[in-house]
Amino acid sequence: MRKLLVSPAPHIHGNESTRKIMRDVLIALSPSLVVSLYFFGVSAIELVLVGALACVSVEYVIQKYLMKVKPTINDLSAAVTGVLLALNLPPSAPWWVMLIGSVVAIGVAKMSFGGLGHNIFNPALVGRVFLLISFPAIMTDWSIPDSWFRDGVDAASGATPLSLIKEGLSSGMTLEQIQAQNPNLSYMHMLFFKTGGSVGEVSAIALILGFIYLLVRKVIRPHITLSILVTIAVVSGIFSLCDPQQFTDPAFNILTGGVLIGSIFMATDYVTSPMSTRGMVIYGVGIGFITVMIRYFGSYPEGISFAILIMNSFVPLLNKYVKPKRFGRR
Amino acid sequence: MKKTFSMGGIHPHDKKISAESAIERFPVLSKAYISMSQHIGAPATPIVQKGDKVLTGQLIATSSGFISANIHSSVSGTVSAIEPYPDIAGNPVMHIIIDVEGDQWDESIDRSEEIVRDIKLTPQEILKRIADCGVIGMGGASFPTHVKLSPPPGKKAEILIINGVECEPYITSDYRIMVERPEEILIGARIMMKALGVSEGYIGIEVNKPKAIDVMKSFSASYPEIKVVPLKKKYPQGGEKQLIDAVTGRKVPSMGLPIDTGVVVQNCATALAVYEAVQKNKPLFEGVVTVTGDCTEQQRNFLLRVGTPIDALLNSVGRLPKDAAKLISGGPMMGKAVSNISAATVKSTSSLLVLTSEQTLRKEEGECIRCAKCADACPMGLEPFLLNKLARAGRYADLERERVYDCIECGCCMYTCPANIPLLDYIRISKADVLKILRSRPK
Repeated sequence: MRKLLVSPAPHIHGNESTRKIMRDVLIALSPSLVVSLYFFGVSAIELVLVGALACVSVEYVIQKYLMKVKPTINDLSAAVTGVLLALNLPPSAPWWVMLIGSVVAIGVAKMSFGGLGHNIFNPALVGRVFLLISFPAIMTDWSIPDSWFRDGVDAASGATPLSLIKEGLSSGMTLEQIQAQNPNLSYMHMLFFKTGGSVGEVSAIALILGFIYLLVRKVIRPHITLSILVTIAVVSGIFSLCDPQQFTDPAFNILTGGVLIGSIFMATDYVTSPMSTRGMVIYGVGIGFITVMIRYFGSYPEGISFAILIMNSFVPLLNKYVKPKRFGRR
Repeated sequence: MKKTFSMGGIHPHDKKISAESAIERFPVLSKAYISMSQHIGAPATPIVQKGDKVLTGQLIATSSGFISANIHSSVSGTVSAIEPYPDIAGNPVMHIIIDVEGDQWDESIDRSEEIVRDIKLTPQEILKRIADCGVIGMGGASFPTHVKLSPPPGKKAEILIINGVECEPYITSDYRIMVERPEEILIGARIMMKALGVSEGYIGIEVNKPKAIDVMKSFSASYPEIKVVPLKKKYPQGGEKQLIDAVTGRKVPSMGLPIDTGVVVQNCATALAVYEAVQKNKPLFEGVVTVTGDCTEQQRNFLLRVGTPIDALLNSVGRLPKDAAKLISGGPMMGKAVSNISAATVKSTSSLLVLTSEQTLRKEEGECIRCAKCADACPMGLEPFLLNKLARAGRYADLERERVYDCIECGCCMYTCPANIPLLDYIRISKADVLKILRSRPK
């Protein structure tokens, strides 16, 4: 022992790292990736690969050549953004749409705010909403591309359950009539394999597996996800009790339109969600409420992307004024 | 469900490699270096001179203020110097240096092994004896015990809690004394209860020390006023506020003292020192010290005289590997890094820990990802990520509003941070500054 190391306590570290956390998020997404590969085949994998590579490259180029700092792509946060964005696109989306989305997600939503830890809005969602507004036709084309694995499974219908219902209701049909026309609108379909939707929301079970993994690994706490789901259930429950022919029921609202992937993987993003437990609950309730309102009264069939982005903008306020309980407060 | 404190906390590994090594007597060396600043408060004033002969246990420096403590020689021999000598951080501190000759004890000390159960002294006599014998808190803060056992006017103690938690990894000195000297600890607790005039006593021990719980329980059968409370394993349960919360559910108010909840906490090693002072008239000049580390050849527990140089202690556990990088006095979470290995041990030294560079080297700091793991881990309900930012910006008014002064410096925040941000470094500095600002205000 020639030289002694001297620094203040603590002298040991729990070995947690940003990279390990991001890796856990990727692992938690893997069941959904496998299921989407089964249903959508190469086109799903193509989107995911393009998304991850594009996001990582955009971050690298901006850090290395514009900011002139050491690139931090090894923390895997850009890769997570890329995969999440891909999972939020329709399986038929072309690769260049994914590329544009990646540039917006990383370049605009993340790096212009200062990079990891500084962005206000969830980068993947900013990318998705940008694409939805810029390429509405592509982003709502739910036709299912050819697949190696899918041989004539009954999952070929195009439109998402929510858009089927929105169109039906606006043409004056009741929910009962719409369901009679579309036998695929059953809960079993939604739970295991859906009739239509984005790459990542094929199977509710796969997403819930990911949720359980994140909880077990203590990457996230359940507060945000559960308060979103409970709020959606309660609000849509009240509406559907009042008029079951106009308003969809709670189970339907939770299983469709990206609510699961949004509440498990997007709303729980550390950077853009509140840091205190009470803040998390307020944020979750807000997302749930806005989602249902957009679905029932707005012009978009889904709504959770907008709901999360709206509540993202309240996070600085929540962090500033909703504090954790202090020990021994007088 | 075992009891524990109500918020925050972490679960570092609970390696206690030296747990089953019985306490051994460490030999008395040729020189002893006895610091005058072994306690919180004013340094003690030497009452011997160069050339004086001293006995083991003889008073050599007296308390010099309300918060101060007597200091006794830990060896017999001749005072060779009274001069500044570098402490573990290398800062010069007044020391009495003694050339050792034999080991002749002061005759008033009862050196028999027999356990004295009867408490003959009155509460006032107990407090005086504890002060005379220089007993200080052995749990880390080194607060003079007689002061802590004298609640300020208007405050009344109701409960005494003996801290047998030892929640830091590696350290086993408290564990060993609980296993080897349980009855003396219980008598020490009873003495302090008599001094405080309380009839309710608890001893909190974490469940990762089942043998200590069993032994203490079997002995506490004959001391019904003291109950053993097994606690869930969680760091920093040995913190005073956390232990009071865990055992009684009472919360020490912000900026308040434990006595505001009617509770006094004393470490189990302090209880042993109180027993020895009151029942055996033995001043505090030796204590149990764990010398350990994953990389040391041996891991041992010593009964060690105060003023033993650290390098001698290190040599007793075998050769150190090349990658041994950090020497810590205390535990890995709250201990102090040693920069001067010729510094000497003090009364409250409980452990000497060797860590390798791999175990202790700090990793490169990244960006805060706002995961709030630090806030979840904070046992005081603070927001370390925010305090860190405010501290770096020097925003003292905001730091005060965010109650940086409540920080107990346990290190949970920094331990959990995935971005390796040295949160506590900044918080600790800003806390000291904010406390200075608060003290300078007119009352």
